[in-house]
Amino acid sequence: MKRYSVFAVAREGARHHTGWERAWRSPEPKKSYDVIIVGAGGHGLATAYYLGKNFGITNVAVIEKGWLGGGNTGRNTTIIRSNYLQDSSAAIYEKARDLYETLSQDLNYNVMFSPRGLIMLAQTHHEVRGYQRTAHANALQGVKTEFISREKVKELVPIINIDGPRYPVLGGLWQRRGGTARHDAVAWGYARACSDMGMDIIQKCEVTGVRRIAGRVVGVETTKGSIDCNKLGIVVAGHSGVLAEQAGFRLPIESAALQALVSEPIKPCMDVVVMANTVHGYMSQSDKGEMVIGGGTDSFNNYTQRGSFHHIEETVRALVETFPMVSRLKMLRQWGGIVDMTGDRSPIISKTPLENCFINCGWGTGGFKAIPGSGWAMAELMAKGYSPLAAEFSVDRFKEGRFIDESVAAGVAH
Amino acid sequence: MLTLQCPYCGVMAEETELSAGGEAHLKRFGPGSTDADFETYMFMRENPKGVHFERWRHANGCGKWFHAARCTVTLEVFGTYPAQTSVPPADLLDKIRAARPGFKWREFE
Ligand SMILES: Cc1cc2nc3c(=O)[nH]c(=O)nc-3n(C[C@H](O)[C@H](O)[C@H](O)COP(=O)(O)OP(=O)(O)OC[C@H]3O[C@@H](n4cnc5c(N)ncnc54)[C@H](O)[C@@H]3O)c2cc1C
Ligand SMILES: [Zn+2]
Repeated sequence: MKRYSVFAVAREGARHHTGWERAWRSPEPKKSYDVIIVGAGGHGLATAYYLGKNFGITNVAVIEKGWLGGGNTGRNTTIIRSNYLQDSSAAIYEKARDLYETLSQDLNYNVMFSPRGLIMLAQTHHEVRGYQRTAHANALQGVKTEFISREKVKELVPIINIDGPRYPVLGGLWQRRGGTARHDAVAWGYARACSDMGMDIIQKCEVTGVRRIAGRVVGVETTKGSIDCNKLGIVVAGHSGVLAEQAGFRLPIESAALQALVSEPIKPCMDVVVMANTVHGYMSQSDKGEMVIGGGTDSFNNYTQRGSFHHIEETVRALVETFPMVSRLKMLRQWGGIVDMTGDRSPIISKTPLENCFINCGWGTGGFKAIPGSGWAMAELMAKGYSPLAAEFSVDRFKEGRFIDESVAAGVAH
Repeated sequence: MLTLQCPYCGVMAEETELSAGGEAHLKRFGPGSTDADFETYMFMRENPKGVHFERWRHANGCGKWFHAARCTVTLEVFGTYPAQTSVPPADLLDKIRAARPGFKWREFE
């Protein structure tokens, strides 16, 4: 693989960009692999990458039914933060945020990580107390956040209306190194690095069955034939229930569409990410100038990748009251992704009833920020059978009543 | 927008007039049951990509709970029926079998 660098840009500029290589190969599947990962979203690709990088396991295939990054990874609003409440969440989200800091250098691929700062607005007294508590918890966890005054909020976000009409801004939880990254680039960067290590990323290939013998997985059936493996990792977000059914177990997961929308591009007007959980909306500005807006999740199970229209109205209403200038913006595009929701709003990174089958799912509305940390932990779990970062997120927590309640931190869908 | 007919008052209600109540026909387990039974009741879900049976409440209407059979991919509604039953009605199951050969939901196929 030729490395990307300023010299490469200059060289290619001088020869009309004729020398760029394909970023990854598109191989046909081999007969068998040491590890098969189902799902080439960010989490699946990051799992493969850290299997290779941290454990030297490179006889790996990542199998994707569509195109890589075409699931939630390419559909999300790219918010990155680690201001969660529980220790196990803070550990994995902060690990991920920390890896994002140097991910572009690590992958030799610009993922455009932009730690521009992130505010969660406190608009009720209950939220003020909640976020003060989170700030204290974060201090103990080594996650840098602080509770800021409403005046400071206004200073950071001049376009905000802090006076109401329904919920005046009372303060905010501020994470200075939170921000955004380019979602596609995260998938593409991991894919390129995996391909470079000799791993096969097989696109347009749907897994249709999981072959099992005596409590072990021996391979998968796909639309490109059957492929054997020694270990299987299922990392398919909204389709986790479908894969679990093929593998013969059940999950505490429900799938529903979550929407987002972007406006026409406008001049720079907001250089931080703002989340307003009480009125339910959040917004950031992309490098192109579009306002990127997160919508609501459908209240009923579905796989439509579209979402109900009334959520757009609710979201835009919330944003207009928070940022009055939004009322004069035209919206450009709307889309949906299928999110995998757990009862405690925390993910599952776990062994399964099948001895050599592992699952990573349940990131729901907020897993983009976790991609590097989740891949790191999943790779460790698959390679060694145990990962300290993943331990608390095992699926038996539902049976044992050890919930990792993040319904506040995940209060708005992001 | 999703519309469901309330089986009590007969109104064709839009999604915003209703509130979704999740999977239907969950079996509760009482004292003396195992942890696994309780986990199944509390957390484990069918989450099918296809026909699903679920609970809805006509929240901004007559206020009553009812059941619906709906496809989670196309949002096609096969029918709604009152909540006072622990299994879907036979005629509704026949209708679904005819429309979706090979359909499976828990023990029903
Ligand atoms: C609108 C929206 C906004 C969001 N905003 C944010 C945000 O601001 N910040 C944040 O942190 N998170 C956000 N999220 C959540 C985040 O996008 C997800 O948690 C994360 O991208 C999940 O990544 P993944 O790799 O697990 O899943 P995906 O990217 O969905 O990848 C799973 C892949 O598996 C493939 N697959 C499924 N079934 C099969 C099969 N049978 N065979 C082969 N392949 C299969 C799919 O095609 C898909 O590509 C948002 C989500 C949505 C929908
Ligand atoms: Zn009614």
